[in-house]
Amino acid sequence: MVTAQRKPSLVVIQLSGGNDAMNTVVPYTNGIYHDSRRAIHLTEDNVIDLNGMLGLNPSMGPMKSLWDAGKLAIVQGVGYPQPNRSHFRSMDIWHTAESDHIADSGWLGRTIRELDPDGNNVITGINFGRGLPRALHAKGVPVASVGNLETYGLMPDIVDRMTREMAVDVFARMYGPDDTRDAMLQAISETGMGAYLGADILRTAPASYSSSIEYEADVPIAQNLRDISQVLLADVGTRVFYTQHAGYDTHAGELENHAKLWHELSTAVNDFIADLEEHGRGDDAVVMIFSEFGRRIQDNGSGTDHGSGGVAFVLGNPVKGGLYGEYPSLDLSEQVEGDMKFNNDFRGIYATVLDQWMGINPQVILNKNYEQFDMIRR
Amino acid sequence: MASKDVKLMAHLMRRAGFGASRERLDELVEQGYDETVESLLSAVDRPTRMTDNLIRRYHPEYSGMMGNQSPSGNWMYRMVSTDAPLREKVGLMWHGMFATGYSKLANGKVLHDQIRMFERHGMGSFKNLLTELSRDPAMIVWLDNSENHNGSVNENYGRELLELFSMGVGNYTEQDVKEAARAFTGWTIGNTEYMTLKSARDSVWPYGRLSFHFEYKEHDHDSGEKEFLGHKGNLNGEDIIDIICEQPATAAFLSRHMYSFFVADEPPVPEWPYKEPRDPEAIAALSKVYFDSDYNVEETLRFLFKSDFFKSEGAHYQRVKSPAELVAGVLRLTGEFDRPKVDMNPTNLQSTYMGQWLLNPPSVEGWHWGTEWIDSGALVERVNFASERLGNIESPGVQTLIDRILSDGNGGMNAEELIERALDELSVSDISYKTRSALVEFAEVQVNQSDSGKPGPEQVANVLKLVGATPEFQRA
Repeated sequence: MVTAQRKPSLVVIQLSGGNDAMNTVVPYTNGIYHDSRRAIHLTEDNVIDLNGMLGLNPSMGPMKSLWDAGKLAIVQGVGYPQPNRSHFRSMDIWHTAESDHIADSGWLGRTIRELDPDGNNVITGINFGRGLPRALHAKGVPVASVGNLETYGLMPDIVDRMTREMAVDVFARMYGPDDTRDAMLQAISETGMGAYLGADILRTAPASYSSSIEYEADVPIAQNLRDISQVLLADVGTRVFYTQHAGYDTHAGELENHAKLWHELSTAVNDFIADLEEHGRGDDAVVMIFSEFGRRIQDNGSGTDHGSGGVAFVLGNPVKGGLYGEYPSLDLSEQVEGDMKFNNDFRGIYATVLDQWMGINPQVILNKNYEQFDMIRR
Repeated sequence: MASKDVKLMAHLMRRAGFGASRERLDELVEQGYDETVESLLSAVDRPTRMTDNLIRRYHPEYSGMMGNQSPSGNWMYRMVSTDAPLREKVGLMWHGMFATGYSKLANGKVLHDQIRMFERHGMGSFKNLLTELSRDPAMIVWLDNSENHNGSVNENYGRELLELFSMGVGNYTEQDVKEAARAFTGWTIGNTEYMTLKSARDSVWPYGRLSFHFEYKEHDHDSGEKEFLGHKGNLNGEDIIDIICEQPATAAFLSRHMYSFFVADEPPVPEWPYKEPRDPEAIAALSKVYFDSDYNVEETLRFLFKSDFFKSEGAHYQRVKSPAELVAGVLRLTGEFDRPKVDMNPTNLQSTYMGQWLLNPPSVEGWHWGTEWIDSGALVERVNFASERLGNIESPGVQTLIDRILSDGNGGMNAEELIERALDELSVSDISYKTRSALVEFAEVQVNQSDSGKPGPEQVANVLKLVGATPEFQRA
């Protein structure tokens, strides 16, 4: 059994599809914004004002509570040189933290290796979702992928409880040590044993959890954050949590769809922080939210196409709330092919979180020095 | 208990195909080993029931190749249903070696075209294959040869052609890389700027993707004097490929790839310069056939499958199944895709969950194989997939498996017999003591659940599930 340890944890939420930064943190006092977004602009009357110039999307009420409590950092104008507007390439750049060549490992995979170089804990990093995102991949680094914590484990399709328990028990014996096996089978069985142990530990998390917070039912991001909370509170040594919220590719029907997404996400994130607080654990986690790119300044009738220059969020008790970086100018002369020009390299956020929160030398993970923000309370 | 002949045939079919049912193995043993090798080599896929046209009627997204899983889903159908499995296996080998991916191209159509090219040319002359590869639009964009201009060289393709596709590091100089890149200037795609921009500015494509097409631009080709691996002249891309194919390093590199893909796992390519091949004599023998046959892939494979080093029991189960092989192998056994079904999309995603997103490799290097396929997350996916599908009594192939297993036990069947029969039907023959004893204990409980002293279909299905969950089932 892993002993209780309270070390800083990082929760990363990926917004898949390209979140429209301009309708998330809205420059509602800027005339160019209204001229460019004739179909889908948000007005002074409905945004949630932050500072008299910028406002949050009206669906982000719960995020505003975090802002008011000084726990929400908003990083404006995030990107990287020579922006790529393909979802896959751009996401890959964010995952690997390499923008000029195709890299072979993810920044969080490298982080997990740094946290647990001998792979002693098979659940130092967990992805909540199916299939490992590239961000978590690194050679020889074990990472569990949990689709649903309640049913996570081996052979969940076996309905009969007794039969399943027996089957899992047989699995554990089949993957137990056996000197007569060749190197390949030994490697496979050791990994299998790790998977079995990881599943066994994770199985205990929902059982030991109780909370007054009611996460929204049937909302995958809410359920995933609840699962993350359960594992975090179970103190099983997990330090890196990853999950995704999909649907941000708002080429059409943006106003409704984007608002629905941000309602789901803001509510879930606010519930998550409240859940940790309720258990006296609010100081143990930092949440980072990112997307692969922002969207075009000009709308396309009912939505927006792929652009560049995005927004990222870092939040939690340990975070110094506020606006970071500058909002990119919307002036025509400052636009890049109709997009916002980035002015903060996303790797500066990674470096900040690694260095100031996780206590890891960012250069080891990112291969380079990036300018950090003064964002974490010490 | 399977005979030696059946075991050998099962080995051949796992390697040259995606495995075969026990019934089919008996037929093939009857036909003879060498004849089976010949029919695998000469087979051409002639789908009678499930043609590509039919599949596309069920999956309009495969026609436009709109989603990032469309080209792989389309390919998975062929792996599951083809009568020419070796063509698909060879395609998988080339895709691993010449790995090209969606992450950069954002265009499933050109990736699909590349795989079809492997299926057409993958078993002919290696020289011809490298020429086709150098003209392949997906490859040209993937490795930036569209940015490789007369007077402004982009070395990406020139370098990988030597390093990853033919000779391996340490067999050429940096100057050779530059000269090779110069020779490939002008090998580009038509309408380059527009197509490149379309890729970079990925956006909605309501009517599907456009294919890129190859174009040789004479005016953008550097026709100056070059010197490559000691050969001087006004070399063009074809000349570079000629010179590459003559190199012993190319023969050895390619032979090691073929050995690793078909005979036994070698370490991943980056370790090759530092680690001797597992069987240097086999590599030398394959290299000789490569030269004797004028670089012919089919001839080299014919030699390989008939060689002692392939047939030897020491080579059986010495490969870890790749996720695509595992998924296709299980689906061929269960027979659930006897016609197009939309369930192919989530099913094909299983390979991605296990760590092999076909047509979207992690990098230009492709995937690292062998035990590197199996991390803890991937193993859970592999075990859960195989055990769920093999224990699904609704699938026609599983029903056949159960019927065959039960037909044997006339006067009842004890736990050991049941396990023996299940392992035999799934061609898992070389099994460790630990695994077998755990399985037998499980089977005892299953057998005891029936009053007749003979397990019923449910119990057999549970045993099949557990065989799919063994460490041994992970190997090919």
